[in-house]
Amino acid sequence: MQIGEASGLKIGQATRDAFGRALEALGTDYPDVVVVDGDVGNSTRTEWFAKAFPERAFNVGIAESNMVSVAGGLAAAGKTPVVASFACFLLCNAFDQIRMSVAFPGLNVKLVGSHAGISIGEDGPSQMGIEDVGLACSMPGISVIVPADAVSTRLATEAMLKHNGPTYLRLGRPDVAEIYDENCKFEIGKSIRVREGGDVTIIANGLMLAVALDASTQLEKDGVSARVIDMHTVKPLDEDAIVEAARETGAIVVAEEHLAAGGLGSAVATVTSRTTPVPMEFVNVGDVYAESGDAAGLLEKYGLTSQAVVDAVQRVKQR
Amino acid sequence: MAVQATKLIIDELKEMATRLRRHIVNMTTAAGSGHPSSSMSAVEVVAALYFGGFLRIDSQNPTDPDRDRFILSKGHAVPVLYAAMAESGYFSVEETLTLRKLGSPLEGHPNMRRLPGIEASTGSLGQGLSIGLGQALAARIDGRDSRVFVMTGDGEMGEGQVWEALAAAGKYRTANLTLIVDQNGYQQTGAAKDVLDQTPFAERIAPFGWHTQTINGNDIEEVLAALETATGVTDQPTAIVSETKKGFGILPVMEEAGDLNFHGKPLSPELAEKALKLLV
Repeated sequence: MQIGEASGLKIGQATRDAFGRALEALGTDYPDVVVVDGDVGNSTRTEWFAKAFPERAFNVGIAESNMVSVAGGLAAAGKTPVVASFACFLLCNAFDQIRMSVAFPGLNVKLVGSHAGISIGEDGPSQMGIEDVGLACSMPGISVIVPADAVSTRLATEAMLKHNGPTYLRLGRPDVAEIYDENCKFEIGKSIRVREGGDVTIIANGLMLAVALDASTQLEKDGVSARVIDMHTVKPLDEDAIVEAARETGAIVVAEEHLAAGGLGSAVATVTSRTTPVPMEFVNVGDVYAESGDAAGLLEKYGLTSQAVVDAVQRVKQR
Repeated sequence: MAVQATKLIIDELKEMATRLRRHIVNMTTAAGSGHPSSSMSAVEVVAALYFGGFLRIDSQNPTDPDRDRFILSKGHAVPVLYAAMAESGYFSVEETLTLRKLGSPLEGHPNMRRLPGIEASTGSLGQGLSIGLGQALAARIDGRDSRVFVMTGDGEMGEGQVWEALAAAGKYRTANLTLIVDQNGYQQTGAAKDVLDQTPFAERIAPFGWHTQTINGNDIEEVLAALETATGVTDQPTAIVSETKKGFGILPVMEEAGDLNFHGKPLSPELAEKALKLLV
């Protein structure tokens, strides 16, 4: 069974595809946008923008450090550079360039990391971005966005271009469930309550939002009413929605396709522990590197399934 | 291009170089820390850029989109930049004495967020040429005539990112980008040729598609001629390998102190007094 199928969702575009099409479509309305690519434009889908606007696209080769600092220079001269690579190479290889050429000077660079999470599958752990959210969140002033489906990715892409400041947009490789229709309202820093519920809250983003919805569908059958929140922005975090969820449902499970350290779970727990301590459980990759394999098999093996979320809900309700 | 460059005659430029050196000594000794010797080697190039008719900037309008840019990638040498900026009117000479002090925008390394006229926040070596390339490409997209000058150190050339940027600038033939390598021969722990020899620079840079020149970078006339040549090249990026001496201008004082590198330390008030007597 595909992710989201249990909740009646159809499989749609991968978030990287939705981003690529959105960027291409927005190119005319946003004349300051410039793409800087580290020779993976056909994976990150910036190639579609590059074909439409060749004078505003630069492929600087397999050189992520230079790529990010060039983007910093473009931003310092008034451009809105979009610099895209695999999440792991962008955040891990060019971390200091993001720090010094983007975050510290506070420049308007749009960092886009595709192939995030373990669901990239067969290429294996060297290509999996599972530290990226923690690394991006560690730097002052960067907004960190993890959209869950094609529609919200499209909206996130435009919101990112409108926002003046450094931004990290995290994208996935596989096709994912369609959660939103065209009425979706997307605002950076404002979470979306995707399903109402009063017994527990599942906070998720990216691929794990559809997994969380499947879990809530299963829980409904078991008589547990689970609220599901799309926390698409990890930074700045929607603290009000977290506090409200803690007060109204008394327990929180956080699900994300990231290491335990530094991700959405840590961010949410920092808010609840300060404001509204409630029992919490976490569904994530833990503290390990994964392996090669098919995406579904990997998600199963590393515990990123709707059953894992259901189990976490049961644990958190017992406390 | 509305912005005009300041152009002094040779004798005035030599006087200006001496003034910049005095400011460097004064501000680093007042701060009690900093990199005066790394700043001294770069004085002639910085003086020629700011006051020799090359850098089209306006301290009263530091964000003019048509301005030229100077990026000090070897950010630890920022006293030479503050000295030139003070003489250009970005702030007063007195304010240079707040260098490195709490509350002062004249930080230990350049911070563009706090100080108008700083074109890149540097201090993590190796990034300035890439940033300059981005600015040069932005000017090209906008059809602006502005030019970007970047100064790296010779030790800094150990950073692989510089070579990434050299290759990319060669690919895009950014003729509005000029790199100056301040080859002062020393880096933190010793002579550059002993730590990690990256020479010969010109011979290594040229194959990336760059126009190169090698000069005595402490000779103001050679510097002016090299900048004149570089800014006249229209079809490729240009590099000037500027052979200098670390601490040029205060070498006798460094010799007396028994340290010809003198990296990352200020002159004591006594040595500063001796240095200022040399700088007249």
